[in-house]
Amino acid sequence: MNPLLILPILIPLVTAILALLFREARNVQRALSLLGALGLFGASAGLMFDVRRNGIQAAQVGNWPAPYGITLVADLFGAIMVLLAGIIAMAVVTYSLVSVDAKREEFGYHSLIHFLLMGVCGSFLTGDLFNLYVWFEVMLMGSFVLMALGGERGQMEGAIKYVTLNLLSSAMFLSALGLLYAMAGTLNMADLADKFSDISASQPYGVVTTLAMLFMVAFGIKAAVFPLFFWLPASYHTPPAAISALFAGLLTKVGVYALIRVFTLIFVQDAGFTHNLILIIAGLTMVSGVLGAVAQKEFRRVLSFHIVSQIGYMIMGLGLFTPLALAGSVFYIAHHIIVKTNLFLISGAVEKLGRTPVLKKLGGLYQAQPMLAILFLVPAMSLAGLPPLSGFFAKLSLARAGLETGQYIIVSIMLGVSLLTLFSMLKLWNEAFWKPLPASAIGSGGAAGMGNLHTWLISVAFLAAITVLIGIGAGSFFSIALLAGEQLMNPQDYIQAVLGGAR
Amino acid sequence: MTSLILRTTARYLMPLLLIFSVFLFLRGHNQPGGGFAAGLVAAAPFALYSIAFGAVKARHVLQVRPRYLIVTGLLASVVSGAIGMSVGKPFLTGIWGYLYLPGSGKLEIGTPILFDLGVYLVVIGVSLSIIFALEEAE
Repeated sequence: MNPLLILPILIPLVTAILALLFREARNVQRALSLLGALGLFGASAGLMFDVRRNGIQAAQVGNWPAPYGITLVADLFGAIMVLLAGIIAMAVVTYSLVSVDAKREEFGYHSLIHFLLMGVCGSFLTGDLFNLYVWFEVMLMGSFVLMALGGERGQMEGAIKYVTLNLLSSAMFLSALGLLYAMAGTLNMADLADKFSDISASQPYGVVTTLAMLFMVAFGIKAAVFPLFFWLPASYHTPPAAISALFAGLLTKVGVYALIRVFTLIFVQDAGFTHNLILIIAGLTMVSGVLGAVAQKEFRRVLSFHIVSQIGYMIMGLGLFTPLALAGSVFYIAHHIIVKTNLFLISGAVEKLGRTPVLKKLGGLYQAQPMLAILFLVPAMSLAGLPPLSGFFAKLSLARAGLETGQYIIVSIMLGVSLLTLFSMLKLWNEAFWKPLPASAIGSGGAAGMGNLHTWLISVAFLAAITVLIGIGAGSFFSIALLAGEQLMNPQDYIQAVLGGAR
Repeated sequence: MTSLILRTTARYLMPLLLIFSVFLFLRGHNQPGGGFAAGLVAAAPFALYSIAFGAVKARHVLQVRPRYLIVTGLLASVVSGAIGMSVGKPFLTGIWGYLYLPGSGKLEIGTPILFDLGVYLVVIGVSLSIIFALEEAE
């Protein structure tokens, strides 16, 4: 068995256990957490190189053969996602060390973060739909507690909506699994893909499409697509910035990952219906998210609505369903995870400096903290899609894929939404950074209890550097994304890696 | 103040339930039972004790903090998986050995029982930390 497949799950698990053991010893706990995040990053980078060099890796935990055992698989898409989780883990943990209060740490903040990371990595690596459900639950348990940890009034309100909607989605996921198992007799993804590839058009595959719709709703709630996204802007601005950055970067993307995985591997028989539906949903998600953002007046609420709008881009590639389009989706996810986490980390510093999340009361930050302002511009402009940053190339490849398949409507929607995104990023820039501090707020501002701002900016600068790097080296990054897209379009290799012969 | 009957029962049921939990734990190897059910049965007398005498006394009787039970249990499960890995098999592969007992022949012993022991400890730890916290919150 390739140990690199299990390490991204084991490292967070052991870190979480040890952090739980040393809950009272704050410094030990913090050191462990940082060490665990570094270890996860190292293991995920190792896995990425391995998959890039040696092709799809698969392993059977417990040594039971494939359709019966616990399968772990890493194709390029999965490995890229795990690597992104490692990068985000490092950035968020470093940021947490300076920004999260001692009380939250004492209540097990660091072990919860690592339990959540274990769930996220498990979801990206599993090759079995039921295990995917279990990893979702592991991840959600961690996120439920993190959402409510601290017990502030706003947090509780956000947590109730978040928990309720996610439980609904889990229930739907579970019933879909039950029906699927009754029909196919297996939940191993490769085995399912193999079985379903025999279903030809002559046979009634209405049941399969029905099941596909159940999965689409279940994953759609988690991914926050139209019209199931309303829980996200209602809850993501409530917990501390480090936690919402982690959620914004990784959690909804697990839903997107599951959608892409399931609709490229298993439910491809009725692509004319399902994938066109996904394309329509993608367009509506983009538009409704960005319009919601334009109407918002708080820093993190604007960003939360932008997550929704960006989810639309990610599943647009899935809807177009060509190798180039899927590569665009993969590239977009990578770009988005880094940029969005970074923007949430910055929002934490901004809210702390200005002592308010309300845009009207913020101001003058460019004058006071030019470094922070410039670091804000990098991800903000990347999100809007300005060259030469990562977002430009992500959007370019999606637009090209759209034009190649003749889907002009979705391409024009996506370009329009880009303009509105730029507008909304400029609104943040003007309100928080450029305009002078409003007279009513003078005297109440200042960075009390914040320590040195530069320690807050380490992770921000790290992620901004990656954004620039992806933009500069777009060619080589995109060739990896293209390989990932081709792997997704040709599931034979995936099936062969899982089912073909014992390892 | 709780009744004399409850206090007496809580005290006398403790050893009985603990023995029963060990029985359930071992029975779970091939039959219904196992770490999860046994853990719940083992947590029950301490829960009863805390209702009868209060959480402080129940914590005293338990002697270890529930959190340490959780940590030990989780670590035991990880170790049981890692043993398989250390001999070159995939994670969580069951590795079996034999224990020769004087007089009663050989006993097959393997990593699954360590895993199950981990589950047992985690279940006791989790359920008791919840129950004690609720008891103290009153």
